Amino acid sequence: MLRYSLRRLVSAIPTLFVLIAVAFFMMRAAPGGPFDLERSLPPEIEANLRAAYRLDDPLWLQFARYLGGILRGDFGPSFQYRDFTVTELIATGFPVSLRLGASAILLALVIGVTAGSIAALKQNRVTDHVVMTVSMTGISIPNFVMAPILILVFAIHLRWLPAGGWGDGALRNMVLPVIALALPQIAYIARLTRGSMIEVLRSNFIRTAKAQGLSTTAILLKHALKPALLPVVSYLGPATAAVITGSVVIEQIFGVPGIGRFFVQGALNRDYTLVMGVVVFYGMLIIAFNFLVDLAYAWLDPKVKYS
Amino acid sequence: MTVEVAAGLPPQEAPAGRSLWVDAWRTLRKNRAAVAGGAIILAMTVLVLVGPMLSPYTYAQTDWANTSIGPSLSTGHIFGTDTLGRDVFVRTLYGGRISLLVGLVATIVSLAIGVTYGAIAGYFGGRLDNVMMRIVDILYAMPFMFFVILLMVFFGRNIVLIFVAIGAINWLDMARIVRGQTLSLKHKEFVEAAEALGVSTLTLIRRHIVPNLLGIVVVYVTLTIPQVILVESFLSFLGLGVQEPMTSWGALVKEGAEEMESAPWMLLFPAIFLATTLFCFNFLGDGLRDALDPKDR
Repeated sequence: MLRYSLRRLVSAIPTLFVLIAVAFFMMRAAPGGPFDLERSLPPEIEANLRAAYRLDDPLWLQFARYLGGILRGDFGPSFQYRDFTVTELIATGFPVSLRLGASAILLALVIGVTAGSIAALKQNRVTDHVVMTVSMTGISIPNFVMAPILILVFAIHLRWLPAGGWGDGALRNMVLPVIALALPQIAYIARLTRGSMIEVLRSNFIRTAKAQGLSTTAILLKHALKPALLPVVSYLGPATAAVITGSVVIEQIFGVPGIGRFFVQGALNRDYTLVMGVVVFYGMLIIAFNFLVDLAYAWLDPKVKYS
Repeated sequence: MTVEVAAGLPPQEAPAGRSLWVDAWRTLRKNRAAVAGGAIILAMTVLVLVGPMLSPYTYAQTDWANTSIGPSLSTGHIFGTDTLGRDVFVRTLYGGRISLLVGLVATIVSLAIGVTYGAIAGYFGGRLDNVMMRIVDILYAMPFMFFVILLMVFFGRNIVLIFVAIGAINWLDMARIVRGQTLSLKHKEFVEAAEALGVSTLTLIRRHIVPNLLGIVVVYVTLTIPQVILVESFLSFLGLGVQEPMTSWGALVKEGAEEMESAPWMLLFPAIFLATTLFCFNFLGDGLRDALDPKDR
């Protein structure tokens, strides 16, 4: 197990390297610099700025420095928020984004697995069709469409919940963004669970369990759930990526002060270092999470050999 | 749409037997959701192409006498107007043109890359396959949406770049599927039989590999188009996609979301069009997968 983990960990390194390299060289290949403002700067000032940010060094040296900085947790200064480093901005936004994203994933898992299992038990009956149609709708309505509609209904018309703002993560403020973020994942996880649950319920060991007279609940919880959850576990990696991506728009729509909002502001203002920093940070997060998911999968599935 | 796909294929020489496509068409026809999805997509395409011509307004034209008015027949603005007095009906259809066009073109880009890559890896196999698939694995772990955003930030926001960028990130699934399919086909008895009979490699690929890949490619094209439309809408929603006065469903939803308290029709119509299209593509794709994917037989 330990060797398997180490091997997986080592194989994540080239992925990380490619991620950082692509982002870095893409930025340097871009036409126009970060100091191309509406009003052009006097040449001396621009030269000073370039010197301050060491933009005149050879490219490989800049890349090596950037790489070294990331290893020390330093993503460089922000071009837009002059008083902050990118690391500081990420550190401000991350707890908020984490809270939002983790709640959404948790909600998606609980509801998705429950709905999927119920649909599988009632295969081809009305309940099944309802769950599947609702989940297809959930997959088809993008969360940036769902979010304004949720606001329109629950905040503006019914006035049950606030239309935006974070309020330091108060429950009232979290309900709508978390639901908007979780819906597509709920739908996807429900479909996945249904499919694998149907397959598991047909297998011999379940038939044996039934023959022994176990109740449906006991069969479902004690025998069927674990093998049926394997595809869901392996979907957790892509789900995290999707939730992180989704949180960018959701934070924007609900005015949540997370990383996503900095990212969009940075993107619109051409704040190169901030945008790069967020991409690299999220990339590292996704790679790390994929690694954990792999370990969990290997631990859950007896068929995976640690060789 | 599906009829054309099935009919456009070279006639099968097999005597009287039911070909894959005839078979698939029968399965598909029984799936009412998929057929309805296909029909609605067809209708949507026609509406988006023809609709703007039937309206007296153009997508960029402002009607200052009627800004932010609700849907009404008497003014001729059947979906209402936006805050600048532009006709929401025409803009929704025009945005649909862009969204569907992006969906189609970017899918073709990803199709070209993915099929070539996957077929090469699968057909030649061995070490080349190993290396090529390892690269795909590495790319899989990348946060692609963010790379597209980086591209938009660094290289400016033009529509050609949107096509290429989205297409270039969406080929991984296609490459994996085509590779797997090619690999398994190569070891099928009928391919081995053809090889033993002395059929040339080119004929073998043309006659046995490609036709058997088509099914799965058609399925994944149908499933890729909505993904691409979604990515484009996402970008446009953030203000990083198509630029004014051009528009797409994502850009319209963004404008609508900003004005939803005073002019909810600006949000609802583009949102309904976008969601309906994605919904239908997903249903059609699911139906096609049931009909064409040999795995599920």
